[in-house]
Amino acid sequence: MIGHALWYSSRATGLVSLVLLSATVVLGALNSGRLSSPGWPRFAVAAVHRNFSLIALVFLVVHVATAVIDPYAGIGWLDAVLPFGSVYRPFWLGFGAVAGDLLIAIIATSLLRQRLGVRLWRLVHRASYACWPIAVLHGLGTGTNDRHTTWVIALDVACVLAVTAAIAWRLLAVHPDTEVRRGGRVTS
Amino acid sequence: MNARRLQVDPIACTAHGVCAELLPELIDLDEWGYPVLPATAVPRRLTAAAARAVAGCPALALRLSAVPAGVARSTDP
Amino acid sequence: MIDLHPASVARLLSAPPEQGTSLAAHRAHFGPLPPPGEAGLIDPVTRSGLRGRGGAGFPTGRKIAAVAAQPTSRRPVVVANGCEGEPVSGKDHVLLELAPHLVLDGALAVATALGADEVLLCLHRGDPIVPSVRAATAERQEGRTVRVVEVPRRYAASEESALVNFINTGMARPTAKPPRPFERGVGGHPTMIANVETLAHVALIARYGPDWFRAAGTADSPGTTLVTVGGAVAYPGVLEVALGVPLGAVLEMAGGLTGPAQALLVGGVGGGWLPADRALGVRLEHAELRAAGAALGVGTIFAMPAGVCGVTETARVASYLAGESARQCGPCMFGLPAVAGDLWALSNAAEDPATIVPRLRRRLGLLPGRGACGHPDGFARFVRGALDTFADDFGNHAYGRPCPGGGRPWLPLPTAGDPTPAGWQ
Repeated sequence: MIGHALWYSSRATGLVSLVLLSATVVLGALNSGRLSSPGWPRFAVAAVHRNFSLIALVFLVVHVATAVIDPYAGIGWLDAVLPFGSVYRPFWLGFGAVAGDLLIAIIATSLLRQRLGVRLWRLVHRASYACWPIAVLHGLGTGTNDRHTTWVIALDVACVLAVTAAIAWRLLAVHPDTEVRRGGRVTS
Repeated sequence: MNARRLQVDPIACTAHGVCAELLPELIDLDEWGYPVLPATAVPRRLTAAAARAVAGCPALALRLSAVPAGVARSTDP
Repeated sequence: MIDLHPASVARLLSAPPEQGTSLAAHRAHFGPLPPPGEAGLIDPVTRSGLRGRGGAGFPTGRKIAAVAAQPTSRRPVVVANGCEGEPVSGKDHVLLELAPHLVLDGALAVATALGADEVLLCLHRGDPIVPSVRAATAERQEGRTVRVVEVPRRYAASEESALVNFINTGMARPTAKPPRPFERGVGGHPTMIANVETLAHVALIARYGPDWFRAAGTADSPGTTLVTVGGAVAYPGVLEVALGVPLGAVLEMAGGLTGPAQALLVGGVGGGWLPADRALGVRLEHAELRAAGAALGVGTIFAMPAGVCGVTETARVASYLAGESARQCGPCMFGLPAVAGDLWALSNAAEDPATIVPRLRRRLGLLPGRGACGHPDGFARFVRGALDTFADDFGNHAYGRPCPGGGRPWLPLPTAGDPTPAGWQ
């Protein structure tokens, strides 16, 4: 019974982490593309982006802890950070460890941004564009039954669509400052 | 406590405008979106808000300096 | 080619050109560069009151002392700036052509005083004098490295931090201060950057002393200086004159005006226009020219004749300076083209001047002090001076009345450079 509860908790918190992570990436892309409105100033978008990432981290920790504590799959604490060494589905679980490691690095450098400087922060933050798809693949690969559950698939599709749309918007939204620095014409 | 002034690295600044959102009492944006900073020191009651504005700049272009800028300029070769 | 005028005061340019510019000829005329005496070099240069001849006019002795005072074990580097980015100036070229070894004397004397191992002489890439300067530096490899660096031909590429940036990274764009070159410059070493003419004066002060230097010029601006005189004068060219003489006297030395002049452009596009009637009595020295609304800058004096339109010329210069923005700082890269656009709009009577002029003046107020270098400041000073000097012409244009120039360009300006970052490499 406890085993089942832990395993279901891990799956559930995993899904919640993915949704929160997707929302984080969406907000990050919108902020990077300088989206703002009177009701949503830049600092608000940035703050919500930051808060979502931290809540995602909390759910991620619970997701990892319940998976490790549950004796069913024999996953160790080390497997949570060192990828591809687990007994249970080493490849797909390994993806989870990679995504988790990247997320920790991204969050840590963001919290220490003023000490580390913009260049290092930006370099690590770009890893978000790797972290998120790796997390999605981890979810699809590791979840045995979930792979065939309709609402889980629907959730995954929604996350992928949202992130793809946000990134596409971000790539198209070029600010005049960026353009002129590259040598583009100044239109007054 | 020393007087603190707001200064911006004009090359790093890319007109995000977050500083003006967080410290509208002291920072305006010109017509192209770049901050116009006050020449005077930051009033004590706004120091915390100024620190938040410095932390909030996406390009880390804003800083609070302890030395008044006027002194630095006159003796520099 | 710009010619040397025979009525020059003979100090820097005193060596007879027919004897050539070899090191031997140089030493035959000026004597060898003496080793530093008890007082060293920095003290005499400071007491001489020599101010930089690269445009800013900062006291040279103080600058060298600031480099010497840097608390580091790294050996300083000396940079001689012969780039002459000001489009209407020719004095550095003439100096390097006629007296390269005087410049090198000065650079080497400063290097000795600072314990520097390396002297870099910067010239614009493709400049015709590069080969002769290289030949001169080849004769001066006396225990330290002296080499020529070729820099992209852009207006701001010869700004001090831009030179350092180019030498360090290959990009000739100004950098944010602090740190300034005297603290951390080439390779992170304290760097003394001086205009080539400044170094030539240092070479003479090392020989003849500060009192001799002060025998010419004024207390505020001692010594002689090279000026480029052009426009509507009989004998345009480069002259060496004592600072403090009235601008009218300098024009007389250049053969006098060839006709009525509307205005004088003093200090180049980094300086400003002065109305001719007021300008002739203004003395050629830093404080007076600043107070008059121009600047000594690199000492160019161009006389604008009748039949040229001040509005057109101002708009042309503004467009040129806007195109020469390094595009690193928002107020410069957006503000300068915006003001240039306003000036053309006034020139073409495109909009109601009651809308344009307040907008233009507001924008000018947003430029000073908001860039990493002095480019927007110089631009604003130039345009403000023009609005005052050519107030009548601006009025005529704005209301569509005929103008004397008919839109024909007059001031020689270079063609626009590559606006992308590659254009600064």
